[in-house]
Amino acid sequence: MNSGYDVIIGLEVHVELKTQSKLFCSCSASFGAEPNTHTCPVCLGMPGVLPVLNEEAVAYAVKAALALRCTVHPFSKFDRKQYFYPDLPKAYQISQYDQPLAEYGAVPIIVDGHVVKEVTVRRIHMEEDAGKLNHLGIRLGDAKGSLVDLNRAGVPLIEIVSEPDMRSADEARLYLTELRNVLSYLDISDLRMEEGSMRCDANVSLRPHDYVGSLEDLPRVEIKNVNSIRNVQRGIEYEVARQAELLARGERIVKETRGFDDQNGRTYSQRSKEEANDYRYFPEPDLPPLVLTQEAIERVARSLPPAPTVLREELQQAGVTAKEAEIIVGDRALWEYWREATTHYEDKRQVTNWILSDLSRLLNAHGDTWLTPRVTPAALADLLRLIANGTLSGRMAKEVLDRMYESGATAAQTVEAMGVSQITDHGAIQAVVQQVVADNPHVVQDYLNGKEKALGFLVGQVMKQTKGQAKPDMVNAILKGVIADYAKT
Amino acid sequence: MRAYDMTATEISQRVHRKEMSATECVREVADRITALEPLVGAFLHLDVQGALNQARAIDALSDDERQQMPLAGVPVAVKDNMTTMDMPTTAASKILEGFMAPYNATVVNRLKAAGAIIVGKTNMDEFAMGSSTEHSAYQLTHNPWDLSRVPGGSSGGSAAAVAARMVPIALGSDTGGSIRQPASYCGVTGLKPSYGRVSRYGLIAYASSLDQIGPLARSVDDVALLYDIIAGYDPLDATSIRAETARVSEGPVDWKGLRVGVPKEYLSADLGGVVAQRLQDVITQLEAQGASVLEVSLPHTAYAIATYYLIAPAEASSNLSRFDGVRYGYRASGADLLEMYENTRAQGFGPEVKRRILLGTHALSAGYYDAYYLKAQKVRTLIRQDFEQAFALVDVILTPTTPDVAFRFGEKSSDPLQMYLSDVYTVTANLAGIPAISTPAGLADGLPVGIQWLGPVMGEDRLLQVARGFEELWPSSTWPGLGGEA
Ligand SMILES: [Zn+2]
Repeated sequence: MNSGYDVIIGLEVHVELKTQSKLFCSCSASFGAEPNTHTCPVCLGMPGVLPVLNEEAVAYAVKAALALRCTVHPFSKFDRKQYFYPDLPKAYQISQYDQPLAEYGAVPIIVDGHVVKEVTVRRIHMEEDAGKLNHLGIRLGDAKGSLVDLNRAGVPLIEIVSEPDMRSADEARLYLTELRNVLSYLDISDLRMEEGSMRCDANVSLRPHDYVGSLEDLPRVEIKNVNSIRNVQRGIEYEVARQAELLARGERIVKETRGFDDQNGRTYSQRSKEEANDYRYFPEPDLPPLVLTQEAIERVARSLPPAPTVLREELQQAGVTAKEAEIIVGDRALWEYWREATTHYEDKRQVTNWILSDLSRLLNAHGDTWLTPRVTPAALADLLRLIANGTLSGRMAKEVLDRMYESGATAAQTVEAMGVSQITDHGAIQAVVQQVVADNPHVVQDYLNGKEKALGFLVGQVMKQTKGQAKPDMVNAILKGVIADYAKT
Repeated sequence: MRAYDMTATEISQRVHRKEMSATECVREVADRITALEPLVGAFLHLDVQGALNQARAIDALSDDERQQMPLAGVPVAVKDNMTTMDMPTTAASKILEGFMAPYNATVVNRLKAAGAIIVGKTNMDEFAMGSSTEHSAYQLTHNPWDLSRVPGGSSGGSAAAVAARMVPIALGSDTGGSIRQPASYCGVTGLKPSYGRVSRYGLIAYASSLDQIGPLARSVDDVALLYDIIAGYDPLDATSIRAETARVSEGPVDWKGLRVGVPKEYLSADLGGVVAQRLQDVITQLEAQGASVLEVSLPHTAYAIATYYLIAPAEASSNLSRFDGVRYGYRASGADLLEMYENTRAQGFGPEVKRRILLGTHALSAGYYDAYYLKAQKVRTLIRQDFEQAFALVDVILTPTTPDVAFRFGEKSSDPLQMYLSDVYTVTANLAGIPAISTPAGLADGLPVGIQWLGPVMGEDRLLQVARGFEELWPSSTWPGLGGEA
């Protein structure tokens, strides 16, 4: 990177809460219904109707705030943010302006399983979502018309605003990853960026080393509504390069809002902030202030699941490496899989190996996620037990797992169906070995003459004749014994 | 006695005792409305057929069921800013012409459950912004006492309908005096309850932190009867109060123990001669009954109008933003979205509404918010404290309702500021959230004069008791004769 400036990044993340109903009415807050079927006079902004705060949404928001280590204020209030747009039925959004629900939390930035930095969460506030416009054209300006779908209007959101603490696109990615990870353990949101249940706006500016003003006064570019963590990173990378080039040419950076085109990886100008709205915020007179008792806040605090940082430590204490722990805890469904599998099978090291190598490979190959693994943790544990008791070799177990993944059958059923259980009967193996030795006197002689490789050939022959089912260490031992006997004769 | 001469209390009693059917009552009342409406113009929408159907349904109930209904068969008029599923709700605005709400206001549901029969929706100043009902987009309403004069506003249609004996009781809404001022001009009784007493669900908002629905009637008993029906907690209104409404006590007021405060700041030079004189007569009469009348001070009174005309338009500018032509109501065409918005609102709103939207938008703008809206909220707190201190000394406060009696059409509508200033005695109750009632105190030159009683927050019970006591001292013996009747 250029040594002439620092990269200053702050992120605003909107998270849709998956409550039963919307923030201020009893309509369903679920995603994907026929347009305008999840609507009522309140979320349609009809005359005379009034908002009533959804307590479940408050509980979810408090959960998120505490999990992000924020201070939850016992007194906060709602305000109206006013602007005209067809997706905003009342022409104001009920949000929280100068007295948000919570402030001053932190999200760790984790590299190779270690916390390298903490990003401050400036504030978390609650607000309602807007509806969706489906333009009958490319953009609203040149569209023939727009279809308004208000199913999403009034769905509860929390907005999580970071301090401009990040110094690279990579840090921004790590912040988002960990933020999403922390929230994923709370069951409060789907957190799907591609569906919009988690949305990110990135503020990017470059601070020349000789700059003496405040961060606030730096010309800031906001990249709006990027649909994946990867694209947030790409957008910031592009934006940093673009701004650096402008600075290098001695040009001014314009404070503006830019979109991100994931086809070409570039940001493009949407509107300049100079013409931004005056939102005319004022306290929402239809809602009393949100008052939370200390007791209620503490009750939520007690109900919180352990934080990912705690889970990672637990895993490391169980013999999982830092890097492995990061991978496992980084995907809540995977962590739950791991936890359940280790209750069924106590060799955690072995469980970890199988989950992170063979099972992960199968999931990837089938395009599955840990939410819908086709081999249950109990089934995996059964398979591992068959290895431990010598029924299967590691190599055979991999084949069995492949088959289990396809069929959904148990390990025992699969072993039986494949006829692959390991031959551990000494006499049976010895009979085959004696036959192989008798059939290959030259090879045996080579081995006796010191040609180590020859033994491998003989083992291979035994395995071939037993269709790979003979227990390898037994084959080795018995073979050596038989050859020794042979040499004496 | 004709049904239209009866009070609501009398009608429901007779319907309970089966001395009169709800259908008979509605028929007589409907005939009178049909005869007088061309003169008064109180209604924006009348539904005689619907009212008769409702009456027949009441008559078809069992005696037991009917007796459970405190307003069985009682015709009621509802101000057109409260939503009704079976009649249009326009708030007297072009922008809501023909609007049919898919939900009833909570007060409307409560009326129906009590057996009341809603005969129609009454005229008002557009979106309740005005003091004469001249700002209706549809029609003028005439004061039944003198058809060349305004009925007051914004609940002018409701007050006129009650005074003209078209209905015994009506609902109005009061943001800065919109129940009490027309009650005063029309010689009827009108109560603005404490903020939060009556659900605002279904009341088309003008200024959310000030709006309150209340009853108008020709007697205090009827006001109390209707108040009892509409008051109470509503889970659909987060600002409604979770408190039991004390049933209005029947007992007579004990004047001897009563401390009546008269704010010195309200007896200024602007007070018209006739109203000042009448207030003095009332004080004399109360003292004769043994009440102690004390001077109290409400030091921030001088800022009340300015405070009100910042807060109310600010909230209104926001509340009225939803009328954008996108989902319902009037939509003008336009080349693009912005032009559609602009044309819709330019053509849909009347001049007074636009004036207040502009005022309010300005008061909330970046750079002005602290100086206007925030400052006004601080003064509002001081005004509330003024009343708290006063009510530590007195039980009720007595004031004029309006500086003068009903004025002629056009007399003040050319000068908005003059019109705003006439709200001086009424806006404080809304700013402080306290209950206030206007009761008639006789006529002056054939026009009603009203006086206002203010009580502490949640003090409706006592306030109504005092108003009833005053009504006995100073009964309204005549009602306007209309259409050649006596
Ligand atoms: Zn809804």
